[in-house]
Amino acid sequence: MTRRERLTRKILGAATLCAAALPLSILIFMVVLARPLFSSFSVTDLLTGTWEPLQGRYGILPMMTASLLLALASLAVAFPVSLGCAGLIFGLAPPVVTVPLRRLVQLMTGFPTVVYGFVGVFVLVPAVRDLFQAGSGRCLLSALVPLSLMITPTMTLFFSDAFAAVPRPILLAATASGADPVQRFVWVVIPSARRGLAAGMVLSFGRAVGDTLIALMLAGNAARMPSGFLESSRTLTAHVALVIAADFQSLEFASIFVCGMVLYVLTSCAALCAWRMRAAAERYSG
Amino acid sequence: MKRGCWERAVRCGCYAAGFWVVSGAVAVVGFAVRQGAPHVTPKLLFGGVSAREALFGGAPVFDGLWPAVVGTFYLVAGAVALAAPLGLATGIYLAEFSRGRLKEVLTVFFDVLAGVPSVVVGLFGFSVSLLLHKMVSPRLGPCLLVAAFSLMILVLPYVIRATQSALEGVPQEVRITALSLGADPVQNLAWVLIPHSFRGIASGLLLAVGRCAEDTAVILLTGVVVTAGVPRSLLDPFEALPFYIYYVSTQYASPEELERGFGAALILLGVSVSLFAVAYAVRRAVGHWALYRA
Repeated sequence: MTRRERLTRKILGAATLCAAALPLSILIFMVVLARPLFSSFSVTDLLTGTWEPLQGRYGILPMMTASLLLALASLAVAFPVSLGCAGLIFGLAPPVVTVPLRRLVQLMTGFPTVVYGFVGVFVLVPAVRDLFQAGSGRCLLSALVPLSLMITPTMTLFFSDAFAAVPRPILLAATASGADPVQRFVWVVIPSARRGLAAGMVLSFGRAVGDTLIALMLAGNAARMPSGFLESSRTLTAHVALVIAADFQSLEFASIFVCGMVLYVLTSCAALCAWRMRAAAERYSG
Repeated sequence: MKRGCWERAVRCGCYAAGFWVVSGAVAVVGFAVRQGAPHVTPKLLFGGVSAREALFGGAPVFDGLWPAVVGTFYLVAGAVALAAPLGLATGIYLAEFSRGRLKEVLTVFFDVLAGVPSVVVGLFGFSVSLLLHKMVSPRLGPCLLVAAFSLMILVLPYVIRATQSALEGVPQEVRITALSLGADPVQNLAWVLIPHSFRGIASGLLLAVGRCAEDTAVILLTGVVVTAGVPRSLLDPFEALPFYIYYVSTQYASPEELERGFGAALILLGVSVSLFAVAYAVRRAVGHWALYRA
């Protein structure tokens, strides 16, 4: 090994170390700044209590429920849509449809979230208000539609990749035994890509939980337990953005770092799950 | 007979899904264009001041988007200038110099970082600025520099991943040719591998630019304000397009402000979509011109 190679290696290694320290330091900052709250409340109090800062209660259960509800519902909407689109792209539609659809989906991954929220405020919110007589119209349902639309493109592309990774001999075998394209897609392609599909869903769940702007602009931001999709509610992410303006010494301020921790743990679990599933899928196909 | 029915239903379902996505995209773009296009004029950017005055004369713009456009530009430039060297170095290290267990662990680390919600990254940036405020100087607070640093964290995984997969995609015969002609590994990296994977890296950087330009949650927590004028230093608060759109949608004071909001939404949408389009085109284009350079 030459001197120059050793030097290059050292510099690159140092940069990698810096980059790898970032995810850890984010977690450490959250824990340290949330500490004032842990000394006066137990973890279960914080995670299962209600949010009444004036009465000295800093529980984040309502926000956690709203976040999970919104993310799971938008996943439930986006999953069949993405599966259908990925199916079209995989070959259930003629190339005249497939090629432009794929381009469009790729471009849609670039739509800014704030624009989804903006269009939602001026189109969807009045519509929901008139259709369901739902107060101001800012509710979980108004956030659900753009959120599911936002996660659909990345999910579709992920699913397309999973379908494209299905080994060709399996496809040929299915066709040779007389399956038409739809039968082949439903009974052969989807089952053999199931690990990839699961990984894509988990990642999209992470994205849906982590989105701030759509929920902040459209879900209404009332800090109470959501009891239906037409109720105004506040997600964890919106909560962080709303409370940041509070007094820096207060417990209220410390509580947003608990929210940050919960979000961090949720999304990193999602990333770890997706990674394990992908590793399993690679072993399976290779 | 029954079977034919069932298959037609699946096919129809797929087309319905495709239709839903297309109509969603059309609704978003259509609304932005219909409401925003009439207002995209020099007046939208510069308000009452003439363009020349604002660009070269340093005249302050009070009723236009110009300060927000400049703020976003500085922000993106700063974040990418920070993310590019670190991301490239890390990507190269992961692809070329790390093996086995270490590589696996590092990859998972960056997967986790890629999944961290932008509001959490913003919260981290905010707490860093609190720390600076306490430890270094009480004059420091949320500012352009902190926001650019936080955005760097947000886009770093994209740059790393793009660099790593571009390098790992270099075919074996290209990889060993220069080595067999007597180049050492560093020369091989600098003159063969990096030029060869130039397209992948460039498209990753473009995606990072797009992500920086559109993200709102991070800057919301790290120093963006409604009126600041064109930023004069890295330690000033700043304006930015995505935040302006958010602000208008929650509390606009006048119809003119609302019109500017529509214009801003159209501009931001246009910028992001064209950045993504260019990124995909760069990645897809054939012929490695960079290989034959120099």
